[in-house]
Parts: sequence; structure tokens; C-alpha cells
Amino acid sequence: MAVCIAVIAKENYPLYIRSVPSQNELKFHYTVHTSLDVVEEKVSAVGKSLADQRELYLGLLYPTEDYKVYGYVTNSKVKFVIVVDSSNTSLRDNEIRSMFRKLHNSFTDVMCNPFYNPGDPIQSKAFNGIVSGMMVQTG
Amino acid sequence: MAGSQWELPPELCCRPMAFVALTGLDVVYNAVHRAIWDAFCANRRADRVPISFKVLPGDHEYPKCRTKRTSYEWYIPKGIVKTGWMNKHLNLVPALVVLFYELDWDDPQWKEKQSECATKVEIVRTSLQGRNTKVAVVLIQKKTPLPPGEDLVASERASALCSSCDLSGKSLFVLPHTDHLVGYIIRLENAFYEHAQTYYYTEIRRVKSHKEFLNKTTHQLLFVRHQFKMAFLSELKQDTQNALKYYRAAYSLVHELRAHETNMLEIKTMAGFINYKICRLCFQHNTPLDAIAQFRKHIDLCKKKIGCAELAFEHSAWMSKQFQSFGELFDEAIKLGLTAIQTQNPGFYYQQAACYSQDRKQMAQQFCQVGTTYPSPDPLDTQSGGLDFYGQRPWRQGHQSIDPTDPEKEKRGILALQIKERDVPHSELIIALLSNAVAQFKKYKCPRMKSHLMVQMGEEYYHAKDYTKALKLLDYVMCDYRTERWWPLLTAILTTALHCAYLMASVKDYVIYCMELLGRASTLKEEQKSRIEKNLFKVLMNDVPEAESECDQSSVGAARSLWTDRMALSGSNELMVEMQDYIPFIQCKARFQSPCFHVDQPIQLQVFLRADCPHPVSFSKLTVSLSNQEYNQWCVVESSVQDSMMLLPRKPRCYNFSFVAKTEDVGKKVEVKMMLGSNSGRCVFLSWRGAGGDAASTQEALQASRSSRRWGRGNEARQELDWDSLTMQHSTMIISRVPRICVQLSHQPPALTNEMFCISLTVQSQENVVAKDVKLTAGLKPGQEAGLGHTTHVTLDGSSVSDDNAPALLTDVPLGDLKPGEKLEKCVYMRCVSTGPRIFLFHVAYSIDTAVEGLHIVCKCHKDETVTVETVVPFEVSVKFVSTKFEPLEQVAVDIPFLLMTDIRSSSPWPLLLSSSSLQLVTVTSSTPPLQSQLKQVVLQTGESASECFCLRCPPDTSSSNTVATGQYVISWRRYYSSADSPLIQTTVTLPHVILESVPLYIYADLPSFGRVRESLPVRYHIENRTAQVMEVEIAVDPSDAFMFSGLKQVRLRVLPGTEQQMLYNYYPLMAGYQTLPQLNISLPRCPTSNSPALRRFLPQRIFVKPQGRQPDDASIAAA
Repeated sequence: MAVCIAVIAKENYPLYIRSVPSQNELKFHYTVHTSLDVVEEKVSAVGKSLADQRELYLGLLYPTEDYKVYGYVTNSKVKFVIVVDSSNTSLRDNEIRSMFRKLHNSFTDVMCNPFYNPGDPIQSKAFNGIVSGMMVQTG
Repeated sequence: MAGSQWELPPELCCRPMAFVALTGLDVVYNAVHRAIWDAFCANRRADRVPISFKVLPGDHEYPKCRTKRTSYEWYIPKGIVKTGWMNKHLNLVPALVVLFYELDWDDPQWKEKQSECATKVEIVRTSLQGRNTKVAVVLIQKKTPLPPGEDLVASERASALCSSCDLSGKSLFVLPHTDHLVGYIIRLENAFYEHAQTYYYTEIRRVKSHKEFLNKTTHQLLFVRHQFKMAFLSELKQDTQNALKYYRAAYSLVHELRAHETNMLEIKTMAGFINYKICRLCFQHNTPLDAIAQFRKHIDLCKKKIGCAELAFEHSAWMSKQFQSFGELFDEAIKLGLTAIQTQNPGFYYQQAACYSQDRKQMAQQFCQVGTTYPSPDPLDTQSGGLDFYGQRPWRQGHQSIDPTDPEKEKRGILALQIKERDVPHSELIIALLSNAVAQFKKYKCPRMKSHLMVQMGEEYYHAKDYTKALKLLDYVMCDYRTERWWPLLTAILTTALHCAYLMASVKDYVIYCMELLGRASTLKEEQKSRIEKNLFKVLMNDVPEAESECDQSSVGAARSLWTDRMALSGSNELMVEMQDYIPFIQCKARFQSPCFHVDQPIQLQVFLRADCPHPVSFSKLTVSLSNQEYNQWCVVESSVQDSMMLLPRKPRCYNFSFVAKTEDVGKKVEVKMMLGSNSGRCVFLSWRGAGGDAASTQEALQASRSSRRWGRGNEARQELDWDSLTMQHSTMIISRVPRICVQLSHQPPALTNEMFCISLTVQSQENVVAKDVKLTAGLKPGQEAGLGHTTHVTLDGSSVSDDNAPALLTDVPLGDLKPGEKLEKCVYMRCVSTGPRIFLFHVAYSIDTAVEGLHIVCKCHKDETVTVETVVPFEVSVKFVSTKFEPLEQVAVDIPFLLMTDIRSSSPWPLLLSSSSLQLVTVTSSTPPLQSQLKQVVLQTGESASECFCLRCPPDTSSSNTVATGQYVISWRRYYSSADSPLIQTTVTLPHVILESVPLYIYADLPSFGRVRESLPVRYHIENRTAQVMEVEIAVDPSDAFMFSGLKQVRLRVLPGTEQQMLYNYYPLMAGYQTLPQLNISLPRCPTSNSPALRRFLPQRIFVKPQGRQPDDASIAAA
């Protein structure tokens, strides 16, 4: 399960960031922010070859000593980032994929909300609930 | 250097090379020896064999060899690898000792020299007792040796020397000291290299053979040691594949060792060494993935092996070193050609190393309290000054049992280490690692990672109390986070920066950071903001701010005194802060009410201010500086004693200004620059360039526009001003006053080519006062197709056709003054030489006195009217040449009359009056006397045609060229409905050229215009010879059904040059109607090429025959 989940706007500012409360929140912010380097690189590399048939899931972005960072980019260039504890070896690629898919579905619901203004921080309770379900439960 | 404890020993990091000792060389005093030594060691390029040479004296003492153990039964090892072992094999124990000796084969004192050499060999051998080191002898000779086998003395003496020195033949070399020294040396060193390889091979075998004596329980350490030794010796042998194999074996054995607190450091140290070697070899073998995999395994295995809890910082230091050295290996490999990628580059390892160094620092701070005194005697002191085995504790060397021998000693040792750790410059280490990582990430396109590391560096500088550097770094990256809009990160960085600014007592930085931390981008909590705001106001009141929390006490004290000094120092009390690049706590937006103002309207400017901080802010002055400084005086608000200007939190406040623009600023832009002063002790000017706004407001405005697009209607209903959707209008255009005159144009399009096209202009004033200096500019509107200017001519004089010098645009024609309601008319004539559309501009300008808000100004007004006029040709003229028989002519025969037919077809929509037409002939002449034009005063409606016919003849003496010009056709015309005095326009049509031909024999006929049945029809044929020769002509008349005739039926006659013959026939028509005349067959017997039809062409072919007339019969006429 994830320790941090983030949604990043097309312009690379955060729309939503949530991390497990037990750890240093700022550190996760930095982790997510730095992972955008890799996302941008991957997206631009793909853009050159096959613009249409792009796989949304970017896979493992980069491993750090403590965390694994996974990325996902929607067609509208909104990025999802999931940070998983490195010690959590049981989590397979498929499960990460399905987490992203769930996240994307929920994000789509948020966007469909006529009261939501695209580009604003996400405050949806439903979305929050989905994210909570994917986070590591502490306490 | 305090970190040196964790540095890898240099003998581990170097590339092992076979060690060969050279003796018997006197490199100081003997030039020949010097040259030989230089040849060995100078310019060792990669293609030379890897040997490290050393010159040693002949009687050098080599390290003593300990007596070989025959059994390991009672032996308990004290450690894994001795600290001296690697160095010993690299630099002390040679694989081969080479004795250089000067001796020629034909030396007169051969015997003596031979025995001296043998003695020297013996000395070396004794010194190497017990070692397998090889000995070789090199004879330095002055003469070039003969090819092998030819010099019998040499081979005999060589074998004698070998036996006396107890050398094999392979170990005796000859080095002739001749020109090819380097060549000989290279051959020699290759031979040495082989010997050295054999030596290392036997050494490996020897170490391997120990294995069978070992048992698993007591000799675990030896398993590791032996594998390590074999690997290292293999490296010396340059057998890196096997070396890697042995190192891998050693690595797994190290982790099989029973680990406990006492030997943890030793195990980790050795594991680190072996891991280093494995990674290094993997990179060398160009298998970087193996290296990375090994390193990961190593880290995973060792991460949790912390060892002694009180010395946990040691583990972090060790981990940091592991990452750092791997990063260096990786970097080294990249320099040698390896390519790294964004997600796998040395930067990550440096970063992790820095991370562990940070852990180390934290732990060091935790464990190493101040105040304890260093224990005496120094537990870290050893008798030898160093350790016997790698990774052991100085106070209990060789100790391998689980519990420490002496707990008291142990405690003192730990204390000593802790105290030493306290003095380590952790920040320095961390910053060095971080800057390494920054350099790498810069290279591999990771700007955000780079920024993150720079933040860490800045924080580290802050911890190291180097605030200037810290601020420099933080300032540098802050704007990256600002533009990326990561507010939590920006807030964190700003907080650190604020601490720095406070501790440095840098007023300006402090004020700026406070303002941004109070701003809307800050994610701080209200109470923190409130505290910061209070501090900010303290600084503005020239007071010392409260200490920032989380700063340590000693620096706070220093900072406080700095602040007091700063405050005492008056003078620099004014601060100017540019707000554009920050997200400050006061937002400012200015807008002109409209993007343009007429000069007779007052300009209205609104300035909106909003404070985002938790407490109300008062300020003293608001000024606006506009691009024309003179307006600034109207845009100032100052607080007075009664009414101080307050900004309430999150309540936008609007200030309205209005001023009258200067007439000379018409057409110019006015721009706003805001300045907000707040002075009370210290004065800070906040200045916004443009019309306010800051680093974040563009995006906010975008967001606001998105939402208002959705909620367009809701927006209007909202009572309060929506700050985000407030748009800025940073400039306005001052435009001239709206003209109040009426300009009307009347004309009759389209214009006809070349005519004086009249456009009449009516100007009527609707002003209340006199419009002065009315001026008209009329003509072709500038900026159209380039050629139009030359084909358009404008004039005010319509009485005559304007010449080509008339301009395309008449400028500033004075029309005098216009009283209110007065009307003025003016005709403007345009002459368009070419067809096509044109835009004409009529610009009426005048000035008028008016008053704006009690201020008298003279306004200039103008009104523009444009009209598009198409120009068309009035008529088309077609011209053709025909013969007198009205047959079209391709060629015109000289001196024979022909006809010119002109046809004028009107294409003008207006009726045209053709006044006259005339021919201006060249070459050809008119056969008729000049007549009045046939077209005089003809009026042509659209589509109607008028034709004229002229009979012309080409005079006989113009046979110079084939084609000749015929002249021009001039038509004068005007519009039928134009006034009688309007000028006539002359249109000239150039007549086509004709091709001339000369006719040698001109035959024509004289005959009446018609015949009558059964009445005689006399026809006279003329045969004219136009050549200079006598012509013989044969003429025959064909019979015809329609005619009877009398005359010569067939005749042959001669025509003299320049004369003519006539032949008379009397035709008698038999039938009425158009009848073909009897055909005349003409042939020139002398000139067979000429044919009858060509000669016949001037003859009429038919004639109209009227029926037989009745006798005048009045009765019948009356009956009809």
C-alpha cells in the first residue's frame, strides 16, 4: 500500500497530495516533486514516437533507498504519483496499475463534477476516500 | 582530516600491478644506469605491460618471511586481513628481483666478474629467504651481441655464468647499451612480466593449498582471508576474471561470519573493501549492471548491521562512504565511456551518501554530548600507531570473542570515539556530497532533483552557520518552486531563509521573507503568520524582532546584538522592494477604467489593494507613477492624522484617481507603476511594476476566468468584488476627441480610365462652436499596392485634364473655418490611369476649443471617410485591315488601296459622348481627302458600338521593311451627362503593324456595281506590270453558264515594265442574283511559280445581276 499519493496538474503544481501522517510530510512533497523530472522525460520521449497509443502507466520512476515512486500520466497531462515503501516487496506491478486505474476513475469523477473548477486543488470527499483506501493504514 | 577513518585505503583503490625490483643500478651517478631506469619508468603508456618497478640497492632487506605453518590445528586467527598485507605485496615483496651487472662477454677479467656477480645474486637470494621471488640477471654490455649461436664464447660463458649463479638460462638477459635502448627494455620487461606472472601463480597455488588444513569452526576468518588474498594476487597477475570470482567468494564468506557487536565493524569494513573491488572489476569488465546489482545486494545485506548502538553514527558514516565510493566508481566509469541515464546515474549515490551523512550528523549530535573530557590514557592509541587488522578496535586488537574483554576499557573507547566524532565537520562533508550530486543531476536533466539538493545544501549551510551562502542557494531555488507553484515547499524554504535572515540581521531579506510568508502562497498556520506579522511591524518600527523559534540559543544571542547594532545605525532607513518576483502579503492591481480615453474625458484609474495577512495593515502613502511624470501628482493618497489608511485582512480596497490627459499625449500610452509606502521609523516602499500583480497572479487570473466562464451569471450577482477575476489594465490609449462633423461623399462609380473622376465632398459642422482650421487631406489611401501611387493623380481643378505630375494624395488643403451648422462642399478630381480598385481617403481635420472639468483645452479632431472606387476602361477599340473586297488582310500590298475598319464598343455603365476621332498615320497615306470624323457627337450607351472605315494606301516607295507601323487612332470623349465645360479626354489607340508585300503584276478590273439580265455589262481588265522586266501574260476566259460574253477568249500578250495593258470584255448576264463572273485564267509562262489564284485576288469574283427591268408601266405601279 502506498505511503503517499499525489495528483499533479498539467502545469506541474500539486492538485492533491496526501501522505501517511506518521512521517515527514515535506519529504514526500520533495519526493513527488523531484519525480516529475522523470515523468517529464518519459512523457517527452514517448511523445516523439507514438503520440496516440501512449501507455498511461509509466512504471517505476526511480527507486530511492527508502521508497519506490511510480508514475501515471493521463491524456490531459495530469500526473498521478504513488510512493510505496521500499520494504514493501509484496506489491506487484499489476496491483500498482490497478491502483492507478482506480485513482484515474475517481479523478474523472471529480472532473465531471460541474462545481469543480479544473486546476483547483481537489477537495472531493469521494476522492479522498478512494485515496484513503489505498494508503497504508496507520494506527 | 577527521573523515579519514572511513576513507578506503589507497592500496585498495589503486590498480594492482606486478612488483619488480631492480637492483645494481646506480641511477644517481651512472648515466647509463639512469638512461636504463628512465626507459623503464618514463612514458609508461597503456600498451606497456602493467609492472611497477622500483630501484633497490643490491643489499636491500626484503620483509622477512615468517616460518611457514605446517599445521593450523592450534592456530586461532586474530582478524581477517592485516592492514599491511596489501601494501606488502604491492610495494615491498617483489615478484622478481633483477640484478643489473655490467659485463661484456669478452671482458678481460671475466672470471673475477663472474664470481662477483654470483656473490651479488647470492646476497639477494639470502635476503629473500623463504619467498618464492624469482631472481634474474641482466648483463649491461657495451657491444651489440652477435646473432644467437654465432658467438661461441658468449654461449659458453653464459652457461658458465648461469651455473655459477644458480640461474636458469631463462633468467639471464643481455642488455646491449646501444641506440635501441627502449626496444630492448620493452623486450626485457615482457620477459620480467612472464616471470612475475609465474610468481603470482605459484603464490595463489600456495594460498589455495592452505584450504585443506582449515576447519569451519575456528578458521572462518581464514576462509575469507585466503579468498581475499587469492583475489588480490590474481589482480596482481592481471587475471581480473578469476580475481572477481575469488572476491565474490570472499564476499559471501564474509557474510557467513558470525557477526556480533565486537566484530561488526571488522566484518563491515572487509565487506566494504571486497564490495568495492567487485564493483570496480565489474565496471572494468564493462558490466555496469552487475556492479549495480552487487552494490544493491551489499547495501541490503549491510543496512541493518548497525553494531554498537552508542556508535550508530559510525554505521551511517560507513554507509555514506559506501555510497560515495560507488558513486565515484560509477563516475569514473562514465569518464571512460560508460553512458548513464536519468534514473541511474552517480548523482543518486552521492545523494544517498549525503543522506547518510546527515543521519550521521544527527546521531552524532544525539550521542556526543558536550562536556565530557577525553579519557586518558587515550584508548585509541596503539603502540604501532596503527591497527594490525582492518576494522578492529584499537583497544582490543585481535580480540575475536563475543563479549568485550574489559567493559571499562570498552566504555572509554566508545567515549573517545564519540568525542572525536564531535569534531568532525559534518556539514562540510554533507555539502561536498550534495554538490557532487547536484553536478550529476544537472548533467542528467533533473532540474527538480537539483533544486531539491540545493535546498538541502542551503539548509546545511544554515546549520553550519554560513548564512550568506545558505541564503544565496535558497534564493536561487525559491523562484523555481514559486513558478512551479509548490506552496508547501516554498513555505518551508522561506521559513529557513527567514531564520537565516534573522540570524544575519539582514533587514531587507527579513522584510521580504516575512512579506512572502504572510502572503497567500504561504501554508503557515494563522498563529505563525500572526507572529511573523508582529515581527515585521517591529522591524518597521525600527525595533528588534523576536527570535525565530528553532534557532539555537547561542546564535539567537549573537543575532540579537546584531539587530540592535543595525537598529542603532540610522541612515539606511528606506527600503525599496520590487514585488513582482514575490508573492507578497499585499496584493495590488491597478486598472484604467477603459483601454482608451478621449482627450476630452478625464482618465479614470482604479488601484485595488488587498492584504492577506491576519492583522490589519496601515500604510502611509500610495503613489502611482505613470509614464508621463506630470500625471503622478494626481495619483497620490496620503494618510493624515485623522484618517490612517488601513487594509483589513482579505478585504480589497479600491482607490480611484482621475486626471485630465494632456493633448500632446494623444496617441501615446500611459503606464502605471505602483508604489506603496509605509513609514513609521523605517520605511518600506513596495513597488509593483506594470499594473501590480505578482508571481502567482497570472495563474490565479486564469483559474478565475475558467470558473467565471462556468459561473458567468453568478459572478454578477455576487456582492463583493471578486479579487481573482479582477483584471489589470496597465495602459490606456489617449485618443483624440470624437469629431462632430458630418462628411459625405457623392460620386458616380465606377471611374473610367483616364477620365477626371469627380468625388464631391460635403462637410457639415455639428459642433456648438466654430471649428477652426478645417483642413482636408484627400487622395489615395496610403499603404495600398505600390504602383497605384503612380497611376493615380488627384487635383482640385476639374477644368482641364490633370497632368501626370499631379500627386496621388493632396494633403492639408485649407478649407477655412466652419461655423456651427455650416456646410461646405468641395469637388476632388481623380484621374486613374490604370484599372482596378482603389481606396480613397478623405480626412477632415479641425481644431476646437473645449473645456474638461473646468480646464480649457484646444482639441484636435478629425474625421476620416474612405471610399473604394473601381476603375474600368470606358470602351474597347478593335481595329482590322480589310481589302477593298472587305476580305480580311494578313498582308498589305504596296500601292494598292485597302481599308481600315475601327470599332469602338462602350463598356462604360454611363453613356459616353464621342466628340471626335482622327487618324494619325505613319507610312501609309489616306487615299481620300481628310473628312470630318464619322463619329462626331455620337452617344454610345452601354454595349453599343461605333465603327469607322478609312481607305488607305501604302505608297510604293516604302518597301524597306516587312512590317511597318501604321499610326494611332485618337478618340476624344467624355461622359454624356457631365457638364459641358468638363474637359474632353483623349484616348489614343495604337494601330497594329502591317506586313507589307509587293505585287509584281497587278490585275484589277473596272466594272459597274451591278448588271442586269440581258443587258450588256462592260468589264475592263487592267494588267499592270510593276517589275522592271517585260512580262509575258497568258489569259484565257473560262465559259460560264450565267454569262455570254464577247472579247478575247484566249490571248497571250506582253506587258512592258511600268506599263499596263487593258482588256475589254462585254459580259451579257443570263441569270439574276449573285453570279460568279467568268473566271479569268492568268498565267505567266516565263514564271511558272506564280499561280492563277494569287494573280486573280484583286479581281472581283461575283456581281449582282438584277432581273430584267420592265418597261416603265405606270398602270402596274399604280396597281401595286
